[in-house]
Amino acid sequence: MNTIEKQLGAAPRRSLYLGTIAVIVGALFIWSLTAVNFNQIEQNSLKIAKNIIYGLTHPDTELLFNVSKQSVLYLLLETVAIAFLGTVVGAVLAVPLAFLAASNIVPKPVSWLTRLVLIVIRTVPALVYGLMLIRVTGPGAFAGVLTVGITSIGMLAKLYVDAIEELDKRVLESMTSVGCSTFEKIRFGIVPQLLSTFLSVMIYRFDMNMREASILGLVSAGGIGAPLIFAMRSYKWDQVGSILIGLVVFILIIEFFSNKIRARLVKG
Amino acid sequence: MYDKLFPPRKIELPSGKIVLQKRSRTPLVVLLLVICTIASAQFTGFSLRLLVTRIHEFFTIIIAMIPPDWQSLSRIWSPLLDTIKMSLLGSIIGAVVALPVAVAASANIVQSKLLIVLSKAVLSLLRTLPTLVSALIATFVFGLGPMAGTVAITLFTISYVGKLLYEQIENVDMGPFEAMESLGMTRIEAFRFAVMPQVLPGYISTSLYCFEGNVRYAAILGYVGAGGIGLLINEGLGWRDYPAVGMIIFVLIITVYLIERVSEHFRKKLI
Repeated sequence: MNTIEKQLGAAPRRSLYLGTIAVIVGALFIWSLTAVNFNQIEQNSLKIAKNIIYGLTHPDTELLFNVSKQSVLYLLLETVAIAFLGTVVGAVLAVPLAFLAASNIVPKPVSWLTRLVLIVIRTVPALVYGLMLIRVTGPGAFAGVLTVGITSIGMLAKLYVDAIEELDKRVLESMTSVGCSTFEKIRFGIVPQLLSTFLSVMIYRFDMNMREASILGLVSAGGIGAPLIFAMRSYKWDQVGSILIGLVVFILIIEFFSNKIRARLVKG
Repeated sequence: MYDKLFPPRKIELPSGKIVLQKRSRTPLVVLLLVICTIASAQFTGFSLRLLVTRIHEFFTIIIAMIPPDWQSLSRIWSPLLDTIKMSLLGSIIGAVVALPVAVAASANIVQSKLLIVLSKAVLSLLRTLPTLVSALIATFVFGLGPMAGTVAITLFTISYVGKLLYEQIENVDMGPFEAMESLGMTRIEAFRFAVMPQVLPGYISTSLYCFEGNVRYAAILGYVGAGGIGLLINEGLGWRDYPAVGMIIFVLIITVYLIERVSEHFRKKLI
């Protein structure tokens, strides 16, 4: 028996452990299969699918390129405005919450309570906020901005907290030792450590908010979602195609630039 | 360009040497951001006065949700289980399908340029499509119900897990792979024994993380008729039955929290 075979024999045997996990996953899979049934697929489903694919590949170019208030470009611009302003609102609201949730800044109970609040904020689906905020502002883009803002808070604050808890305290100590005032310590000791992470997180969230804002139209909170659902409900698949193509291309462009900027921010 | 408009400041050091300090770009970035913010505010009709005078409506709704309506709990169970089943099924199928797609998109495993570009394009197309939109399209094809939601979640999982997985595969240490190939293994065998062990923990961990997020997405899919608890939320808000909505959200928060805890436990073990 040579060394290689010995080494092979020495490998830990975890077949029982792996087998148990496989059985559990398999059982969960079968259990979840009971949720779907295939009876609902009717004969004409295939025909509908064919229509959809035809419409998506033959978009309504008129809608895509003209410059009226119903055009895809205008709607995309509105969606971007909602996403941008929503991100700004969320980013501003998240800062105090993040400091309240950081366990190296405030006492344990306070940070624990704030974290609980953040979990609750994060779990409530965006559409629920949308439906609630429409009662406040009336339908329109303004409700969308607030919805995007509130939904962003959860994730932004969570990622901010990670950055705050990693603060290098030695910098602050050395600043104290050379006699800096509190304001100087914040300006030159804390802000430079946090700013690039915060900005990077914000840009990432803006990216996600584009997607978020594009569905808010479903609850009439502005953006491109409302025309999309109208076009679908009336089976105008060529219009759906042009809206979706515009949306996908636009989101990809934004993602490209946001990745560029974030890479530069990380490199410093 | 910027340096020409605002020439860098010259500083003479005590030694007589002259160094250039580039002007900060921060003012320009701040100015741009402020302009964008104001333009967006104009465009979306943002008005602080309306917000201040009417925001109490929002809190009225939240207060109306407390205490939640415990009576409605019995109606919630079945849609909630549907939601979990939808996200579980979608995540499992999606994660399994994502593996071959991700392999086809990895530049260091597959040699055909066309296949790589095609798979990457499909993955990013699927990823940009909002889940709710794909769910809506799915309801037209598969009829109303959890089936449509499962399809939407599957598509999203493929795109998400697929993208992260091919990034991992492209970053693995190719040494063992080449060594096995030189020993005469086929590429598939070499992939199985050299690359899979390296990416497997990351792959499972990504899938679990995706499942966590999917539970949240699945909760709203009912809004477009794709099954699950979203339909009840929509009904409750439509009839202004806020205690019932509060109950749903309460149950949802607990479910999501529990699932997150369990999956976090396993993800920590994996890495």
